[in-house]
Amino acid sequence: MNEDYEVVVGLEVHAELKTQSKIFCSCSTAFGAEPNTQICPGCAGFPGMLPVLNRQVVEIAIMAGLALNCEIAEICLFDRKNYFYPDLPRAYQISQLDLPICQKGYLEIDLDGKKKRIGITRAHMEEDAGKLVHQGNITSSPFSLVDLNRCGMPLLEIVSEPDMRSSQEARAYMEKLRSILLFAGVSNCKMEEGSLRCDANISVRPRGQKELGIRTEIKNLNSFRALERAIEYEAKRHIEAIEDGEKLIQETRTWDEEKQITLSMRSKEEAEDYRYFPDPNLPPVKIEREWVEKIRATLPELPDQAQLRLVDNYSLPPYDAVILTLTPEFLAYFDNCLAHYHDAKTVSNWMMGELSKHLNQNNMEINDCKIQPAALARMLSLIDEGTISGKMAKSVFEEMFASGKEPDLIIKEKGMVQISDESTLIKIIEEVTANNAGVVEDYRSGKEKALGFLVGQVMKATRGQANPAIVNKLLKDCLKGD
Amino acid sequence: MALTIKKVEDIALMARLNLKEEEKEDFAQQLSLILDYTNSLHNIDTDNVEPLIHILPIYNVFRDDVVSPSSPRDEILLNGPLLEDGQYKVPKIM
Amino acid sequence: MELYELGLRDLQDKLNREEVSIREIIESVLKRIHEVDDKVKAFITLDEENALKKAAGLSSKESRKGQIVGLPFALKDVFCTRGLRTTCASRMLENYVPIYDATAVSRLNAEQGILIGKLNMDEFAMGSSTELSAFFPTRNPWDLERVPGGSSGGCAAAVAAGEVPVALGSDTGGSIRQPASFCGVVGFKPSYGRVSRWGVIAYSSSMDQAGVIARKVEDCALIMNIIAGHDPLDATSANVEVSDYTSFLQPNIRGMKIAYPTECFQQGMDEAVKNLVLNALKKYEELGAIIEEVSLPHGEYALPAYYIIGPAEASANLACYDGVRFGLRDYEADNVLDMYCNSRSAGFGDEVKRRIMLGTHVLSSGYYKNYYLKAMKVRRLIKNDFDQVFKNFDLIVTPTTPTTAFKLGAELDDFLTLYGNDIFTVPVNMAGLPAISIPCGFSDGLPVGMQIIGQTFDEGRVLKAAYAFEQNTTYHNIKPSLGGEQR
Ligand SMILES: [Mg+2]
Ligand SMILES: [Zn+2]
Repeated sequence: MNEDYEVVVGLEVHAELKTQSKIFCSCSTAFGAEPNTQICPGCAGFPGMLPVLNRQVVEIAIMAGLALNCEIAEICLFDRKNYFYPDLPRAYQISQLDLPICQKGYLEIDLDGKKKRIGITRAHMEEDAGKLVHQGNITSSPFSLVDLNRCGMPLLEIVSEPDMRSSQEARAYMEKLRSILLFAGVSNCKMEEGSLRCDANISVRPRGQKELGIRTEIKNLNSFRALERAIEYEAKRHIEAIEDGEKLIQETRTWDEEKQITLSMRSKEEAEDYRYFPDPNLPPVKIEREWVEKIRATLPELPDQAQLRLVDNYSLPPYDAVILTLTPEFLAYFDNCLAHYHDAKTVSNWMMGELSKHLNQNNMEINDCKIQPAALARMLSLIDEGTISGKMAKSVFEEMFASGKEPDLIIKEKGMVQISDESTLIKIIEEVTANNAGVVEDYRSGKEKALGFLVGQVMKATRGQANPAIVNKLLKDCLKGD
Repeated sequence: MALTIKKVEDIALMARLNLKEEEKEDFAQQLSLILDYTNSLHNIDTDNVEPLIHILPIYNVFRDDVVSPSSPRDEILLNGPLLEDGQYKVPKIM
Repeated sequence: MELYELGLRDLQDKLNREEVSIREIIESVLKRIHEVDDKVKAFITLDEENALKKAAGLSSKESRKGQIVGLPFALKDVFCTRGLRTTCASRMLENYVPIYDATAVSRLNAEQGILIGKLNMDEFAMGSSTELSAFFPTRNPWDLERVPGGSSGGCAAAVAAGEVPVALGSDTGGSIRQPASFCGVVGFKPSYGRVSRWGVIAYSSSMDQAGVIARKVEDCALIMNIIAGHDPLDATSANVEVSDYTSFLQPNIRGMKIAYPTECFQQGMDEAVKNLVLNALKKYEELGAIIEEVSLPHGEYALPAYYIIGPAEASANLACYDGVRFGLRDYEADNVLDMYCNSRSAGFGDEVKRRIMLGTHVLSSGYYKNYYLKAMKVRRLIKNDFDQVFKNFDLIVTPTTPTTAFKLGAELDDFLTLYGNDIFTVPVNMAGLPAISIPCGFSDGLPVGMQIIGQTFDEGRVLKAAYAFEQNTTYHNIKPSLGGEQR
């Protein structure tokens, strides 16, 4: 990116709140049902129907607000946001404008060990719209089909301050927000299922300038990666426009995942005017402070607290702490490992390394992992005891990941026990040195590197089962002795 | 204050109504009349008056988070003017 | 007297004494409808077959368990009825068949009342003459060249013409009381929140309220006992105890304090109407009530504020009619915008379009503050006026309307004059109060109504005062001749 400019990003995140039933009717919120099988005259906007607020939505919204350091409103109201779209049955969305449930919060992101606070302007309750399935592409399709199952799913719209200055910061914000919502237990935050969605407001300005540049809103950002890419793309597009003296317009654009570009969403020359007004069907919600405190008392450990604990109790680097607290399940896995094994850093290394690598490759969540934390801990103990080498451990791990078998069983089945017996090893070392007289000569004339080659040869001869520490020691003795 | 034809067109588009040319003029005139009629409200000082949003002092009306069966699909789709694969069919969006 | 001329309580007595059968009652009512509805045009949909079937189902004594067993009622076509077309008198919903009953309807059904059919109204309850029905105008049984009032004109006309003893109507700015007044029957609008709005097709959600039109006050009380009360499906329905309204049916009102607002007797209103209501006040005085003049200084602002708030809410409430899930649809349009605009333009009449556009405008950016917000503030002042009066008084009496029923077509083009009809009824909706219109005399052979307004949830006292007046006068006994001789 051109260093003369600075990108300014604010995010609007819609998180689906974890309830059994919808926000204003008693239809199920379960994901993946056949189209239009989870609707009723209420959520499908039939004449004469009235909304009644789900108490759990308010409680969860308060919980989320507390987790995001927000002020919880003493009184909040619902408003109608009016616009026509086939996925919005009433042609108004019940949302909150002037009196949202949460305001003035923040969260902290970690940038290479440095903390940065990102402001949260507000978080409000609203209902989700349905889904349109286009036959083909949205612009060319002659027809669309409307599935209203998602109508009335409870959402929390969380609006950040324009405090982010790069795609990395935006990603870090999203990851932190996700982990907070997950730890607080308020949302499943599955981007692929749409239970966490993100729109980005992006502008650029010359470095040092106070006023914000022309802002565009990018929709349809369905992954962290899409968010990063879209910000980078938009920033570049804005800078080029400014450099070329072109006029940018404030508009809504959509991210085209296939082409990796943003596209204008404007269709008709019609200004957006949502004509918000208070919904007369929904009495105000009064939130007594006792209610807030009762909910606060049930708040579980949040990522920041967990990170502190990891750094303080186990002396882990802050970087490790951030990764281990991305989801509560990942942290629980770590904690469970530590119940069976003493060294936190080793567990952390394995979790951030091999375990994460395998989960990503297989597109799996930690909860789907066949390796029980106790089994991973056992494997680490076997390394410490010298039963297997670190290198052997990797193939044992692979087998554990694939089959879920205990490490001892795998080692036994494959005859993978490490060779530490000196007399066996000396025999092999003698063979190797005899076959590589030239390399031995090199070592003796001061080329330290030659030793590594000889160790490698021994390991090869034992198909990796030799205890490398012992091989090292014996080789040195052997080369010195002659 | 009379509404212009352009203004009436904007309002009609927002409200998703088609107006014929003569209707536009009629509505411009009629809506202006009603709006003028409401001008008397500005004779009252309401600077320190709270808007009355809900007539009854009712707060915190909730339902419990309990699922009950949704409508049978064939029943709720019964009134649908155009359907396909259990979904409502609409012409192209853009 | 024919069976169709009797009220619910009289019919109940006859049933209890086994002088008549339920089938006879229903047949009498249906026969009357066939005789006169060609002239009155009150019904949009008649549910004859089901009514007779229900009557047959109640032939054995063991099957009877309810407060209005076997008694006929009808509904303004704004109440959703499961399996029975519900049109709101609009082309938009001409073929709409709900899959649910409105709460008020379920409750009447649960008490084994028998639904006869659905009654005409101004389209989407917007109007004061029932001429704005998309299908046909209803006529005033007292003079078939005159309007029955509206928007619940079908209800008032049907009840006045003896087609049905009671009907449920809805009242947003006078839509029960004004037609009751024009047709010489009783029209009762309970407090906002008293009767569930669930299943009642919305016009203006903050003012809409379901109520009763009947020939006698006691029948209003009887129906109120069934439909009033908290409904968990309507978040604005009040969780407040409901009394037995029939317990207020006693003629003694000695010591009751009744106010009459100066403003309601000044404005350019019909002299005869004014004098009849003043006479009625004298009657109350004779009966031992204390009558005093009061002021409702912001009353004159109620109508202009109403024509902002009502349309604003309506513009959102009527946005769901988009041709996607139900209702009229333009199948030719090749894009969604055209489909919306064409469907809605074909489905709505001019008055509905006018109010939708007005509401859209007053909510739009740049206008919200000066119109909608201003009106909501004025609404508070109107409410405060009433609160002030009710500190010292039990009830407020006004004329229901400034004039008697006007001629068909007379005010169709002059919608501002038409709006003016609701000048005494609208403030009551703005403040959410209970009010009744009862007959208090005739002017040139046309009925005149008096409005009695009570405090929030004080329906009982309103009914009591209405009952006392009714019991001490004979206006309610005079029946329209329907082109024949007056009876
Ligand atoms: Mg939103
Ligand atoms: Zn539903």
